[in-house]
Amino acid sequence: MTDLKKQIIEVLNLKHLKPEDIGDDQPLFVEGLGLDSIDALELIVLLQQQYNVKIINPQEGPRIFRSVKSIAEYVQAHQTV
Amino acid sequence: MALYIHGMGNISPQKTWGESALFSPPRDHQGSRLSCIEPDYDLYIDPRQLRRMSRVIKMGVAAGAMALKEAGLNVPSGIITGTGYGCLKDTGIFLGKMIDNKEKALNPTPFIQSTHNTIGSQIALLLQCQGYNQTYTQGAISFESSLLDALLELNDNPHQSILVGGVDEITTTLHTILHRFNIFRKSSASSIALFNTSAAGTLHGEGATYFVLSGEKRKNDRVVLDSVKTFFKPNPKQVTEGIRQFLESVSLKNSEIDLVLLGKCGDQKLDNVSEKVLTTLFPENSIGLFKHLSGEYPTASAFAVWLGARIIQTQQIPDVVLPGNAGRSIANVLIYNSYFGRHHSLILLRAC
Amino acid sequence: MKDRVHVAGLGVISAIGNSVPETLRSFHTNTSGIAPLTLFDSIHRGILPVGEVKLTNEVLSQNSSSAPSLTRTALLGITASREAVSDAGIDLKKWRTGLISGTTVGGMDKTENFFVDFQKNPKKGRLREVVNHECGSSTERLAEDLDVTGFISTINTACSSSVNAIIFGARLIKKGVLDVVIAGGTDALSKFTLNGFNSLMILDPNPCRPFDANRNGLNLGEGAGFVVLVSEHVKNTDDLYSYCFVNGFGNTNDAFHQTASSPEGRGSFAAMQMALTMSGLTPAEIDYINLHGTGTLNNDLSEGTAVSRLFGNRYPRLSSTKAFTGHTLGASGGMEAVFSILAIDRQCVFPNLRFENSIPELDIQPQRTFEMGLDINHVMSNSFGFGGNCSSILFSKN
Repeated sequence: MTDLKKQIIEVLNLKHLKPEDIGDDQPLFVEGLGLDSIDALELIVLLQQQYNVKIINPQEGPRIFRSVKSIAEYVQAHQTV
Repeated sequence: MALYIHGMGNISPQKTWGESALFSPPRDHQGSRLSCIEPDYDLYIDPRQLRRMSRVIKMGVAAGAMALKEAGLNVPSGIITGTGYGCLKDTGIFLGKMIDNKEKALNPTPFIQSTHNTIGSQIALLLQCQGYNQTYTQGAISFESSLLDALLELNDNPHQSILVGGVDEITTTLHTILHRFNIFRKSSASSIALFNTSAAGTLHGEGATYFVLSGEKRKNDRVVLDSVKTFFKPNPKQVTEGIRQFLESVSLKNSEIDLVLLGKCGDQKLDNVSEKVLTTLFPENSIGLFKHLSGEYPTASAFAVWLGARIIQTQQIPDVVLPGNAGRSIANVLIYNSYFGRHHSLILLRAC
Repeated sequence: MKDRVHVAGLGVISAIGNSVPETLRSFHTNTSGIAPLTLFDSIHRGILPVGEVKLTNEVLSQNSSSAPSLTRTALLGITASREAVSDAGIDLKKWRTGLISGTTVGGMDKTENFFVDFQKNPKKGRLREVVNHECGSSTERLAEDLDVTGFISTINTACSSSVNAIIFGARLIKKGVLDVVIAGGTDALSKFTLNGFNSLMILDPNPCRPFDANRNGLNLGEGAGFVVLVSEHVKNTDDLYSYCFVNGFGNTNDAFHQTASSPEGRGSFAAMQMALTMSGLTPAEIDYINLHGTGTLNNDLSEGTAVSRLFGNRYPRLSSTKAFTGHTLGASGGMEAVFSILAIDRQCVFPNLRFENSIPELDIQPQRTFEMGLDINHVMSNSFGFGGNCSSILFSKN
């Protein structure tokens, strides 16, 4: 999950954060890191580019991107080689 | 009606923000690209907001913040921005990715940041300013359009304070492309010496300059912005006649203009036109220059307004603008700008 | 009466017609212009429907005797602005005339071709493809075509650009700076914008359904819409026909988010309210609203909420014409101003195509059919853009 955190930090330009600053279960949106809808779209692109996981419906975003852990679980469940 | 300048913020190829004395010394750039001397943006913008902002947005937001601070104002009534180039860095990023990735898996952020109104909108978002918000993009009439809009708006509501500015950024891609049009000096060892050599080409500049303007005078206000006029592809006769009418409309004689700030750009051929106009109308007047300090870019007239206002405030004309003119009383400054012969403009500043 | 700003001429080109008469026919016959993409190659061809003007650049340039090397944005703008000026039957040279245009795309349709070669080698790419890139450039081509030498300017406030252009034009006339202003906007389809909106995941792979419970995004469109604004003095002196006058307008910023509108639609509410206050009209006196109505989940809910807050249960007839034309971005305000003015002139309202069920959170039923023989005196047109730029304009019958 550290790799995933590094990728999230890079793609969202969260320069002031290090992987260890983001808790596995920490809420990413609204409270917690305070990410927004544009960040959710960026995470969709990240998953597609890095893990070949496609999310067709952006409405699923809040559920999948709740925390780093929920993203990792989603990737594991949906990753196609 | 005239507009009082309550505050100014300027980020330019000179050190035009912070405490240091003006042009002491002026920054001398090498080459045809004059880059801004930038502040630490962390001091002006929350780092969490900064992350998505491209350089041009940061420049605009910071210059706007400087102007508001000087005016002692937290939130303006409205925000009007002029930008000729727009947000080209993000435009280029999205376009490049679109081509490289063959339209697949594209990041939305650069696209969102690429529209011209991002500068003014980001300022509004950060300040939670829900008032009037406009962005003009007409080359070197962009900033002038913004001023004209402010004049109309404040004519109706003089008690308001509007943030009005001009912002343009050079990106490497832009500079490379414009260079191919052969409009810049082939080589330049000193930007300050731009007008010492007559040659083809100008120098490319950039800047972000904002003003807080209001229809109401405050005790410490020293400068009013009186009038604006623009021309599109005029011939020299039309400019000459236009300046005559402009001065008549503000009840000033040619001789009463204490300083003409001339937007000569250093290109021999282009400058011939404005020289002819000046010789006809202002043979005896003091002519100051500014594009060896700012470079040439669509909203360079905003730099000129900042400079003219500072000159009126301090009652000093810096040597680098016009040598040997210290210690005169400066009441009326006429800015006459021209941009590649296509756009000409007049802006009148007065002491108050 | 003294200070009225009149609309003396109209011109429009879009996916549903190349002129005002053709456009009206399409509205009358419920003929949408949303269709498969043909203008350029793209991986989205056959997947994302769009609202294309059904003329190639070659034909547009031939029809208007313009250089074929002009950008599509300029060609569309020249077509519509010429129609407007011809419709007004006015001698532009007689008056202090200005031109204000709204555009977001500018010359991107040509720039994106240039970039393919330039990106591989900075010395490559034909310079003539980027010489008209700037938004202001298209306006200058229109000015040259119409021989307007007075004040010209271009506004880019995303999707509210051209209604802001009309508002600025009206203010310039009201303040006596100009006598006549050709105002509106133009935007062409481009690969850049198609992919941009696709990256935001707000494009509907089917023809859009504004204000419907099952709406799924917008369809991009292209076109141009211009009006000729004149002062009362010009109208009387030249005995011009007046379609209506500009009765009120509002420009605000939502200041909520860069792309999303606030849930309560505070920016749109404030813009509409400002327009009403300026006109002195009450909400009950509005006969028709041409909604911004893009078909996105966010806009329609936000705009609908603002309409509910302002008009309550007694909202007027309303519809989004974007189900016909697609979302024409910077041109939408200008085009929809033309539609709104036609509603007054022809005493009709236009349908909101593909509407079946109201948005559950609201109880708004848009106009379902093209209806004539109505009493349409006051029409409001909304345009809300990225960056929170919200504008609303009110036209009234004389």
